[in-house]
Amino acid sequence: MTINKQVKNAEEAIADLKDGQTIMLGGFGLCGIPENCIAALVKKGVTNLTCISNNAGVDDFGIGLMLHQRQVKKMIASYVGENAEFERQLLSGELDVELIPQGTLAFRCMAAGYGMPAIFTPAGIGTEVANGKEIRNFNGKDYLLETAFNADFAIVKAWKGDTAGNLIFKATSRNFNTVMAMAGKITIAEVEELVEPGQLDPNQIHVPGVYIHRIFQGSNYEKRIEQKTISK
Amino acid sequence: MLDKEAIAKRIAKEIQHNSYVNLGIGIPTLVANYIPKNIAVCFQSENGLLGMGPFPKEADVDADLINAGKQTITMLPGAALFDSAMSFGMIHAQKIDLTILGAMEVSENGDIANWKIPGKMVKGMGGAMDLVASAKNIIVAMQHVNKNGESKLLPNCTLPLTGIRCVKKIVTELAVLAVLPEGGFKLLERAPGVSVDTIKKATLGKLIIEGEIPEMAFD
Repeated sequence: MTINKQVKNAEEAIADLKDGQTIMLGGFGLCGIPENCIAALVKKGVTNLTCISNNAGVDDFGIGLMLHQRQVKKMIASYVGENAEFERQLLSGELDVELIPQGTLAFRCMAAGYGMPAIFTPAGIGTEVANGKEIRNFNGKDYLLETAFNADFAIVKAWKGDTAGNLIFKATSRNFNTVMAMAGKITIAEVEELVEPGQLDPNQIHVPGVYIHRIFQGSNYEKRIEQKTISK
Repeated sequence: MLDKEAIAKRIAKEIQHNSYVNLGIGIPTLVANYIPKNIAVCFQSENGLLGMGPFPKEADVDADLINAGKQTITMLPGAALFDSAMSFGMIHAQKIDLTILGAMEVSENGDIANWKIPGKMVKGMGGAMDLVASAKNIIVAMQHVNKNGESKLLPNCTLPLTGIRCVKKIVTELAVLAVLPEGGFKLLERAPGVSVDTIKKATLGKLIIEGEIPEMAFD
């Protein structure tokens, strides 16, 4: 018998997610975001969340939907443009924001997924990002010590998955989804196509199922494009 | 004086054969349009792609395939996909040969400020702090002066820094300048029709002028 991680839908996957918890949300811009789980979080109405995600969505999509419901207490991200409600909450002091370099964001996820307490990175040396952080010099170059994230939930979106939790991503929707999938105390994966074990080629797996706790096939993916650019 | 396209065209001449290059948003993106045919170059998009191609035809638009500016793109033959950790891993391991990016200020010792204006909405540094911390070679594409006519080439940056002692070369609408390891902007080339005096007036940081300064050549 094969280990089975399948749950019915997004509502079931996030049923025990509580107010005040820390959650990671995969995606880059609106590419590869867990649309179904975000909708379920909005419906459930959990509040005081700390969200770790590269971006904060746009006004009416992605994490922007959670911001509108005032569900986010703190946002940890590398870039948060394109979102007027985010800006309003930030300037009014309703929302706490920690901006960190994009590589640092990725490495702090990676560290969690690899069981490493911290990493060293040169990103931010000599800038305000380094304030209050431990600096060590290796081979003549300074590096900042950055600690692994500690998230209650990681929520990711993959292209294909099997019920054992193995995941495959398409194109640049891989982005933060793989490292976040590895980093959650509980990781939820929503996939466009869920299959039985044996139907995915083991050579093609990007994240092995050991990292995934709950998986379901999502529906009605909008896959909104932020900037549609066309060659004539 | 050069327009944005001409700045991009001049920077394209800096790209070495068989190199891996990361292009920032704005003028740097335009550089891809001016790569000489005999130069092999592979563009990295830090959201997880090597081998980025031009924008797609309408029929080929794919929401799952974007660049770091969140624009829809294509992949060229030989492209490779990876996640954000590997992407910044290859940046910090110095596998990317050249980073081209914009700036609000550059100091004469190569510090760069391009992510934050105090008092204004701060959008974040994205991948810029990683790129400037580790790129082997960094070229800045920017206007020589800001909207108020103030020089952006300074003795010290006044805005919050993105990285320190990292910029190697600057291309503006007026000139090409090298940032010397010991400090100072060394004037290398003038834009067509621009005098050394004009460049002097627009440069607040230490400007080093040795001998005759040639005009930029565009072939």
